This record gives sequence, structure tokens and C-alpha cells, in this order.
Amino acid sequence: MAASPEPIAIATVDLSKRFDRFTALDRLSLAVARGRIFGLLGPNGAGKSTTIKILTTLLDATSGTASVAGFDVAADPVEVRRRIGYVPQLLSADGALTAIENLKLSGRLHGLHGAALSERVRDALAFAGLDAVARNLVRTYSGGMIRRLEIAQATLHTPEILFLDEPTMGLDPIARKTVWERLRQLRRERGMTILLTTHDMEEADALCDELAILHQGRLAVAGTPTALKAQVGPQAGLDDVFVHFSGAVIEHGGDFRDIRESRDTIKRLG
Amino acid sequence: MLAFIQESAAVADAEVRKLMRDPTELFSRAVQPVLWLAVFGQVFSQVRGIPTGDLRYLDYMAPGILAQSILFSAIFYGIAIIWERDLGIVHKLLVTPARRSALVLGKALAAGLRGLVQAAVVYLVAIALRVDIRWELLPMLIVAAGVFVGSCIFSTFSLVIACIVKTRERFMGIGQVLTMPLFFASNAIYPLELMPPWLRTVAVFNPLTYLVDALRSAMIVGGKSVYAGTTSFGVMLAVFALLLALAARLYPGLAR
Repeated sequence: MAASPEPIAIATVDLSKRFDRFTALDRLSLAVARGRIFGLLGPNGAGKSTTIKILTTLLDATSGTASVAGFDVAADPVEVRRRIGYVPQLLSADGALTAIENLKLSGRLHGLHGAALSERVRDALAFAGLDAVARNLVRTYSGGMIRRLEIAQATLHTPEILFLDEPTMGLDPIARKTVWERLRQLRRERGMTILLTTHDMEEADALCDELAILHQGRLAVAGTPTALKAQVGPQAGLDDVFVHFSGAVIEHGGDFRDIRESRDTIKRLG
Repeated sequence: MLAFIQESAAVADAEVRKLMRDPTELFSRAVQPVLWLAVFGQVFSQVRGIPTGDLRYLDYMAPGILAQSILFSAIFYGIAIIWERDLGIVHKLLVTPARRSALVLGKALAAGLRGLVQAAVVYLVAIALRVDIRWELLPMLIVAAGVFVGSCIFSTFSLVIACIVKTRERFMGIGQVLTMPLFFASNAIYPLELMPPWLRTVAVFNPLTYLVDALRSAMIVGGKSVYAGTTSFGVMLAVFALLLALAARLYPGLAR
């Protein structure tokens, strides 16, 4: 008897996005099973951020379909937003507010109020390990603390799916591992599906159950890290897989705006 | 409806908290009205070149300078929005299920509260210069309402511009280009009757004209308004509603 198929949290079919003549995403078809940590890899301009923006309803696709938590992103964007959390690449916690105020703002915009909101905020601060500094302005936090706060903020309303765009960019190794541990905890304790983009092959290898490598807007390959490495060779690491399927070396480049934003983020991280 | 109000209040609450922590901008913004009232106003009061009836020129222009102060402060609100976009804060707000119009209204309400604080600063300057202010409850409430709605209008207008230009550099250029024509094509420092016909036509379509007109009779002893209060507030609220609808439509584009 065949095993029943795993429930799908995220699915795209022939998803495309064009900006004038430039094709940022070209007929991407993906399926992410519920409860998985899924990594999107690719050189700059491969279409990772475009994909995440379409899936989080920030951007409309030119053609194709995408469903998140069972809802079509184009037809039911509000239902999608109720069920997702999002951590952008930039450090988006408001530095002029405290951790409590940042969390309360997110909670209130997700319809949480009163005792329920206070309880979630308390839990979120404990999850992020920020109880002791909860009333300090976020601009006084380290980069790792801000990232933990942002993950807590994005998961305050207990979403089914969490999207993270380069979540550990610019963090030191200890802060990076703390973020990984928080993500694993979310999957383990809440069964959350996590989709993240990363340039960090060590991160992809350590964290992700499945990976997809994008190249020039197209899906180059998808599979488990072990299966992908086996496809390239017996001694292959994910770096080799990346180079093999994307034909690109791993670098943090991008256009002028990407570089400015990345530098701003790293500067804010101190 | 309740959810809409709660979402707007959440955004406004966060904005006001930020403002209370860094009030320096409020005081730096007070410099300009001080200069206009203390220098321009005092000198033109002596010249008597602008017919203002029984009013001293300084008294006549005080409501105009209050409106100008609101305009100049609110019109640069878009810079903060672009900054939020560059930091990813806009993206995070837009991924919540909150209505886009509630997010935009929350920003406008915060600007309205900021305008009230700014009005208090201009009142202090006006008192120091012995402007003949009406200290009656109803007129003061009308001034507060006018300042609040005016701030909402110009901050939302600024947000619309920010959504179109999307970069700080371009916004600064456009902000400078817009403020002075809005100011001079209004009744802030001279009556509508003194304007050439073409400028008067422009002034009729300028929301600042209605704000100044509503403030003039409510703020100053002996001040007279050209339009009925209902007309001025009706026009301002209609302009605000239009801008709000436009801003709610354009705001999601900031994340693209």
C-alpha cells in the first residue's frame, strides 16, 4: 500500500515574474511539505527574493500560480497573510521602539489584543531570550538579539509558515547558531514550515531538510542536501553542488541597491 | 470597522511613542515660524503694505504661519516612510493582514498628533510676540481640529509622493519644489483678493487655503474667514479621503 502524500504547505506552478524585459522568475514549480525547513539557494539575481516576495503577497506574479497554507496568493492574499510570518533580509525591527513595543505592534496588526496579546508577548520574549532587555530600545541591541526579536515578532501570531530572507547575514558564528536553534525549535515544537533563502552553504546543510537551487530565475535542481551532494560526486559538499548546478561562484553581489541594503544591514549589526 | 480602528490605532501608537522619545525635531521645526513671525511679520507690520482690515499684519499672518509650519513639517513625512522602506519595516507591515488603508491612516493620525504639539509651539511664539489670540474653548477646538486634519492631509500627500519616487534623494528635491508653491499659492500671508486671477484660481484648489481660512477666524481676535467653516472642513476632509484612498493603493508598491 502506497504511503499517503505529505500535506503541502507551499506550492508554485509555472510561477513567473517579469520586470519589463527582464525575467526575474521563469516558470518555477516547487512543492514544500508541511513541517519542513526548505532552503532557496542561488547566486544574486537568481530569483530567490522575487519568489519570497510573491509567496508573502508583496509582489504579484506575472503568470503561474502559488498557494501558501492552502490559499492562492493572488486570490486570497489576506488569508495567506494571516497564516505566515516574514523576516526580511534587512534588520526590520524598529530601533526607536522597545522589544515589547515592536512585538505589540505586530500582535495588534494580527488582531491580538488584551490578555491574549500580553501572554504572547511574554512567551515571545522568553523564546527570544530578551526578557531582561525587553524595555530597552532595540537600537541598543546586538545584531543577534535583533534577529531573535524579529523571529519572535514574525511568529507571535503562531503562523503555519515562516519565511526568512537571508536570516543570518552579517551575524557572528555564535549569533548565527542561536538563530538556527530558534528555527529548529519552531519546527520541533510548533510544526512550523520554514522557507528561507541563504548564501551560506553551511547553514543550508545544517538547517534545511530540502533545498532548491535557482539559476537565472529557473529551478536548477531540488532535493535533500544528501541527495544533491550524491548527484555531484562522493566527496562533494554543498559548495560543489551550488557551483555545479548554478554555474556560479558564491558571492554576495547584486545591484547597487542590493549592495547598499546589505551594507546598511551589516552596518546596523555593528 | 472595529478591527480597522484597532489597526490604525496600533500604527499611530507606535509612531507617537517614537515622537515622544525624540522631540528634537519639533523644536527644530519651531525655528521657521519664529523667523516668519518675529522677522517677516514684524517688518511687514511696519510697512503696512498688505491690507488686512482692522487686524495688525502680525495677527493676520499668525494663522498662516501656523498652517505653514504644519505643511512644512508634514510634507517631509515621506522621508520617514522611505527610510522605513529601506529598513524593511514597510515590508513587515505589509505582510500582516492589516488593511492597507488602516496602515496609512495610522501614519496620518500620528502626524495629526504631531501637528497639535507643533501648534502649541507656534502658540507660544505668538504669545511672546503679543499676537491677539482668541482664548475661547470652541474656537480653540476648531484650531485643533484644523491643525489635526491639515497635518493628516499633508502627511498623506507626502506619503503618496514617497510611494511614487521611492528614494530619499528624489523625495528631497520634490519636497522642496512642492512646499513653496503650496505656501505662496494660498492665503497664508496675503488675502485672496490681492492675488492675480490665475493665482486665485490655483489657491481655490489648494487645501492650505481652506486650512488657513478656518484658522484665521478661530485663532485670532477679529479674524475673518472667507469660507464657511463647514465648507473649509468639508473640502479638507474630502481631500484627505481622496489622498487616503490613493495612498492605500500606492503604499504596497513600496515593497516591490
